[in-house]
Amino acid sequence: MSELPGDLKYTKDHEWARVEDDGTVKIGITDHAQTALGDLVYIEPPEIGSTVAAGDSCAVVESVKAASDVYSPIGGEITAANELLADAPETVNQDPYGDGWLFAVRPDDNAELDALMDADAYQALLDEEG
Amino acid sequence: MAFIPHTEEDIAQMLAEIGVDDIEDLFSEIPAGLKAAALEGVPAAVPEMAITRTMRQLAARDGSPLSFLGGGAYEHHIPAAVWEVTTRGEFYSAYTPYQAEASQGTLQLIYEFQSMITALTALDVSNASLYDGASALAEASLMAIRANRKSKSATVLVPRSVNPRYLRVAESIAGNQGVTFAPIDFDPETGTTPLSALASWADKDVTALVVPQPNFFGRYEDVDGLTDWAHAHGALAIGLVNPTSLALLKPPGEWGGQGADIACGEGQPLGVPLSSGGPYLGFMACKKAFVRQMPGRIVGRTVDLDGKSGFTLTLQAREQHIRRSKATSNICTNQGLVMTAATIYMSLLGASGLARVAAASCSNTSALVDALSALDGVESVFSGAGFHEAVLRLDRPVQPVLDALAQRDILGGIDLGPEFPELGHCMLICATETKTDEDIRHYARALADILQQAQVA
Repeated sequence: MSELPGDLKYTKDHEWARVEDDGTVKIGITDHAQTALGDLVYIEPPEIGSTVAAGDSCAVVESVKAASDVYSPIGGEITAANELLADAPETVNQDPYGDGWLFAVRPDDNAELDALMDADAYQALLDEEG
Repeated sequence: MAFIPHTEEDIAQMLAEIGVDDIEDLFSEIPAGLKAAALEGVPAAVPEMAITRTMRQLAARDGSPLSFLGGGAYEHHIPAAVWEVTTRGEFYSAYTPYQAEASQGTLQLIYEFQSMITALTALDVSNASLYDGASALAEASLMAIRANRKSKSATVLVPRSVNPRYLRVAESIAGNQGVTFAPIDFDPETGTTPLSALASWADKDVTALVVPQPNFFGRYEDVDGLTDWAHAHGALAIGLVNPTSLALLKPPGEWGGQGADIACGEGQPLGVPLSSGGPYLGFMACKKAFVRQMPGRIVGRTVDLDGKSGFTLTLQAREQHIRRSKATSNICTNQGLVMTAATIYMSLLGASGLARVAAASCSNTSALVDALSALDGVESVFSGAGFHEAVLRLDRPVQPVLDALAQRDILGGIDLGPEFPELGHCMLICATETKTDEDIRHYARALADILQQAQVA
C-alpha cells in the first residue's frame, strides 16, 4: 500500500480533494480506487460551468472491466476538467494524486471540506475494508 | 458450437441428483394464489397435420396482391441465397451468443454488418443493430440527450414529415423519461421541412433535431441546411434514413458543414420480407466522439496473444450488465438473425447492386406518378424531387378507392387523411424495383376504371 498524501482530504467513495492556491478544490480518485478499477480507458469529464451539490455524480471513470461514477465531495461550480485525460486516461493509474486529477470545483461552503476524512481516517477505512 | 437443449433423460437425471421428484416441486415456495390459473383462452393441442392445414388456410387469405405500399416497409427482391445462408445452423439464432468470443463467426458477421452500415452512413461507428427503425429513433433521441450535455431541455424536434408511427413509438419509449418531442411543420407545396419552420426554436434550448431523408412523403429534405441549423443552435442532428437510398444519396456523415451526429433507420429493405410488421431491424451509427453514449452491442476487431486476428464484444462498460441502471439502454442483444440476412443481402448486391435497386425504385415511382396523375381526378401533391414514394391527391375520399383496388388484388397506397388532416383525399404510393411497366399500367387502368365507375354511379 502506497503512502497517502497528508495534505489531502478523502471520501468513503475513494476520492480525494486538494485545496489549491486560487481557492478551487481539485478532485481525483485514490490510489486504492485506481488499483481496484484496473487500467482506465476513458474518463468522461464533468461539464465546466455546471453547478453540483455534494454527493452529485458528475464524471465517469471507465476501465476495461467497469465504469464508475465519480461524485463531487463538495458543492460548488465546476471550474476545470483535466484535459490531459482525454488522450491519456492511464495518467490516473500512473499518478492518481498528481497529474491524474479529474476536475476542479469552486466550493460554495468550505465547511463541507472539513467534513471529509484526513489521511489517517481514510487509512483506517482502508484497513477496515481489508 | 452446438447449443442442445436438455433431453427428458437429462432432466430426470438432474432431478434424481438433487433428490426432487418433479420440476414443479422446485417452485413449491410460490404461494398457490400467485400462480396463473389454466390458460382458458388457449385451445387444446392439435396435431401438426391439422395445425399446418389451418395455418396454410390463414396464410392463403393474404393472397398475393400487387403491392404499391410503402410508408416504412418496402417490397424488394430478395436473392434466394440470402435466407438460404441465413437459416444455416451456424447462423440460426436471434441472439448474440453468451460467451460471445467463442462464436467468432457470429462476431465477424456482426463486424461486417457494422462496417457496411458505417460505409453507407459515412459515420465512424455502428452498433450491432436494434429492434426496428422506430425504436432506433427513440434510442437515438435518448442517446442525443446523453451526448448533448450543454442542453438541459431534453427537447427533440421532430418534423411532421417523419413517419408518424415512428413518433408514437418514440413517445412510448422515451416520453416517460422526460423527453419532449416537438413537431415541426412541413411546407404544403414541397412536403419538406423549411428552415423557416424552425424559426420559433432559434432562441430556445434544443437538444436534437431529427432530419429524415427521404422523408415519409418520399421527398428530399434540405439535409445540409437542417444539419447546419442544428449545429448553429447547439443541437445534435439525427439523420433518419432509408438504407437503400444511401446507395445514391449523400450520406448523413457528410450533411452540412459537420455531418449528422447520429444516423438511424429501418433495415428491413435490406433483404427482409414484408411480414406483418416484423421482425425487422433497426440500425444506428454515430460519430466516434459519441460512441460511449451509443446503445446496443458493438463488435470490435483485435489481435490475440499470438498476434492472430479475432473479434470481440467491445466497449461493454456502457452496457447494463456492467453499468446497471446507468447503462446506455436496456438493449443487451440485437436483432441477430435479421441482421444476418441484411448483411448477406448487402454482400450479394454490393455497392453497385444496391445503387441499381435504388435507381430502379426511384425511376419506377416516377413512372407510376406520371401514369396515375395523367388520370382525371388524380394529381401529384408535392413539387420537387423524391425517392421511391410520392403523394397523390384524388378528387374524392381515398379509402373507398383503395378498397375497390383491393377488390382487384391491388394494394394501391396508404390513406394519409387519418394521420395528416391537411392531406385529406391524399394517398402515399410506392413502386420499388419489383414493379414492371405492365404492373404500373395495370394499376393505372384499374384506377381509371374505378374513378370512372364511381362517377357513373
